[in-house]
Amino acid sequence: MTELKVYNFMGIRKIAVVFSAIMLVVSIASLSINGLVLGLDFSGGTQVEVGYEKPADVGELRQKLEAAGFEGPVVVHYGSETDVLIRLQGKPDQGLAEKVYEVLQSDGQQVELRRVDFVGPQIGEELREDGGLGMLAALIVVMLYVAIRFQFKFSVGAVLALAHDVIITLGVFSLARLEFDLTVLAAVLAVVGYSLNDTIVVSDRIRENFRKIRKATPVEVINESLSQTLWRTINTSLTTMLVLLALFFIGGELIHNFAIALMIGVGIGTYSSIYVAATVMLAMNVDREDLLEPEEGELVDDLP
Amino acid sequence: MPNKFPLWKNLMVLLVVTFGFIYASANLFPPDPAIQLSGQSGAMQIDDAVLGKVEQSLDEAGIEYFAGETDGESLLVRLRDADLQLRAKEVIQAEMGGDYIVALNLAPTTPQWLSDLGGKPMKLGLDLSGGVHFLLEVDLDSALATRLEGDLEDVKKALREARIRYRSLALKGNQIVGQFRDAEQVEKAEALIRTNYRDLQPLSEPGQNPLVLKLALSDLAARDIEDNAIKQNLTSLRNRVNELGVSEPLVSRQGKNRIVVELPGVQDTAEAKRIIGKTANLEFRLAALDRVGEVFDFRTPSGQGPDARLESNAVITGENVTDARASFDENGRPQVNITLDAKGGWQMGYATRDNIGRSLGVLFIEYKTKLEKSFGENGELVLTPVPFVEKNIISLATIQAQLGKQFRITGLEQRESSELALLLRAGALAAPMYIVEERTIGPSLGADNIQLGVKSVTVGMALVLLFMLVIYRAFGLFANVALAMNLVLLVAFMSLMGATLTLPGIAGIVLTVGMAVDANVLIFSRIREELAAGSSIQGAISGGYDRAFVSILDANVTTLIVALILFLIGSGPVQGFAVTLSIGIVTSMFTAILLTRSLVNLTIGGRKIEKLWI
Repeated sequence: MTELKVYNFMGIRKIAVVFSAIMLVVSIASLSINGLVLGLDFSGGTQVEVGYEKPADVGELRQKLEAAGFEGPVVVHYGSETDVLIRLQGKPDQGLAEKVYEVLQSDGQQVELRRVDFVGPQIGEELREDGGLGMLAALIVVMLYVAIRFQFKFSVGAVLALAHDVIITLGVFSLARLEFDLTVLAAVLAVVGYSLNDTIVVSDRIRENFRKIRKATPVEVINESLSQTLWRTINTSLTTMLVLLALFFIGGELIHNFAIALMIGVGIGTYSSIYVAATVMLAMNVDREDLLEPEEGELVDDLP
Repeated sequence: MPNKFPLWKNLMVLLVVTFGFIYASANLFPPDPAIQLSGQSGAMQIDDAVLGKVEQSLDEAGIEYFAGETDGESLLVRLRDADLQLRAKEVIQAEMGGDYIVALNLAPTTPQWLSDLGGKPMKLGLDLSGGVHFLLEVDLDSALATRLEGDLEDVKKALREARIRYRSLALKGNQIVGQFRDAEQVEKAEALIRTNYRDLQPLSEPGQNPLVLKLALSDLAARDIEDNAIKQNLTSLRNRVNELGVSEPLVSRQGKNRIVVELPGVQDTAEAKRIIGKTANLEFRLAALDRVGEVFDFRTPSGQGPDARLESNAVITGENVTDARASFDENGRPQVNITLDAKGGWQMGYATRDNIGRSLGVLFIEYKTKLEKSFGENGELVLTPVPFVEKNIISLATIQAQLGKQFRITGLEQRESSELALLLRAGALAAPMYIVEERTIGPSLGADNIQLGVKSVTVGMALVLLFMLVIYRAFGLFANVALAMNLVLLVAFMSLMGATLTLPGIAGIVLTVGMAVDANVLIFSRIREELAAGSSIQGAISGGYDRAFVSILDANVTTLIVALILFLIGSGPVQGFAVTLSIGIVTSMFTAILLTRSLVNLTIGGRKIEKLWI
């Protein structure tokens, strides 16, 4: 049987810090300058999805709607040539969608009304608040849990890794001008869950090794732990990526951005579970002393 | 180290697996498209004779049906072809007339033994079944204002009767402000109000003018009014929704002042919106004598001219109308029968006693929203929704006799009478409502979404199964059995809990499939490590499972926390995602740890094996 190869992950942690810092700065800059392209869920407004039997000419439809008195309608193909999504500016009053549908039907074309979304401005605002609040709540609760189950330095590492992943995922959405809607918010929170999962598994191993290996520097212990969990980290990321690819290509337009957000998040989360959490712990001088004397009756090895 | 489970552990695993298969199997029986028919009032008998009539009309229209059944209050006929459901509804409605409510329905086909065990298929969310979702906001301020206006009149009257003189008494915002000539009158007034009007609370602010009396609704009263307003709106919304003939509508309160209406399977969304979105109120006002009062237009042009003058005060409002029905009088002429609540009946009697021969107008008040453009601080365009009120006369009829709790409006065309009855019912709202969110999903989009969802689950699952087989070989097979079982358990729990499956929910399932193997990956990696460290084969298996457990538990608990938060903050679709994710985490812990261990123990536990295929 071969010995496990130990990679010197922490040897290049300065490069990782620079890399993360650049990504964070770019993300934050883009978020504060460009902001996010808020989807209807958050911005409020009206959108109508219609289906034609033949490929539809969006330019023509736009002109038609403008001629009918709608101001600056955004008309785009949605998923396929025959599907069209119309987003209306201005008046989000309730009867608008029907009027659009009437106009589109006026020349006797076969149009199917597939979907109408109307979101009042107050709802969008509440959702924005709730979303931000939820994100904060998730981070705080996680920090507490990790602090209790592990140790304070671990919880700082875990939470910074989470914030890192969330900010960069949002940053990519901002840079790529991808629409941020409710499903993407769900995806970002799922990223929190996923990245946390990864970080916890790695932290668990670090804790175990600190207790087990007596004569080693923290850097060595962490390197060994990361190497031991490396295959697990990669394999789990791969299986998750596989299903996300399935969602991305097959899942349909509605969860397209959901899949994208998760793919970015899983990618970044995999990186951060190796570099961010451990680097933070090292920066806080984590060592054996922090992890000695586990409390009596701690939940270890009792099942199955 | 023997890798053997005690018998009870194996039995428990077997039990859970069986449980999963049984309850998940309920989803293998898709419901039949059906038509449901019930009477407008609960007293109507829906017996075999009615069923015969319904079946005959379907026969004549050439629509295939089967298994018609009736329970005395309603009947259900199943159809062979879902596309004919709408047509069947029309045929039956035309045959049976307006006394019956004909609704599209989905009849369960769950076998008896399964439904006896509580098995039922998963509910589909609107994004999968198609339908309409509305979020309505009840304007509670306006309910409070209406109440204060009423109180103001009452207080004025009471003060007059008690000979307490006041300079002025008027509404200012959410307060009644009275000015008096001397402190004695203020005291008397305050005492009177304290004893007779418990709902009103005299306010005392520091430095307040001693000759001024400020009254506001007490918190308790305000909350009471708000609760009642929401309840009444819920009731009238439910009535309206029933008129639409939807099989399983949802009308429920959300938060302090909102109402959610969900109408699955509704095809004619414009019609639904017309009836639901009809945020309206009613006022019954006497026609004005002389040049006082206000002039209102008729809602639809009538023989009585373009407009009419009505008094400024309402006799009763829509709040007092409990029912309104179109029917025919003894001579076969159309009429509308109106029923009022006790208070409304008393007020109506009082107002009409001395006014026989005068006209009584019904004012229909619609609350609509328009957007007003303005420019913000940085010159950007700001759109603010501005509610406005439209008031039109829908009926103006001469009072023939003193009216009571029940009266009727005659002299209408048939079309007019049914329209008026509908408007009267629609207007029986305690407080105006505004639509703040609307989501309509066409039936074909719903079907597409299901198809896409099932396909992504299948493909995603196939990819993961293949991956695990390639990487972990024999153990990959165990993990794959666990993964498949995880899906079965997930579906079983969701069905049993009555959770609603949505598109994000399906995404959650797909994600669960991807992440659920994580536990197995952890275990298998550990086993490999143990082997690498030179453990015996059985020792490596046992050690791998034991050591991985803590990591799995910690990782899953934290993810569960995140899923819970997601559920708490999210609305509809996001909650669906959170639910599947949470259930998936719990079931995957079981399948990945206990189920695979049981399989491993049964197949290779306790045997001598040269090499582990992992």
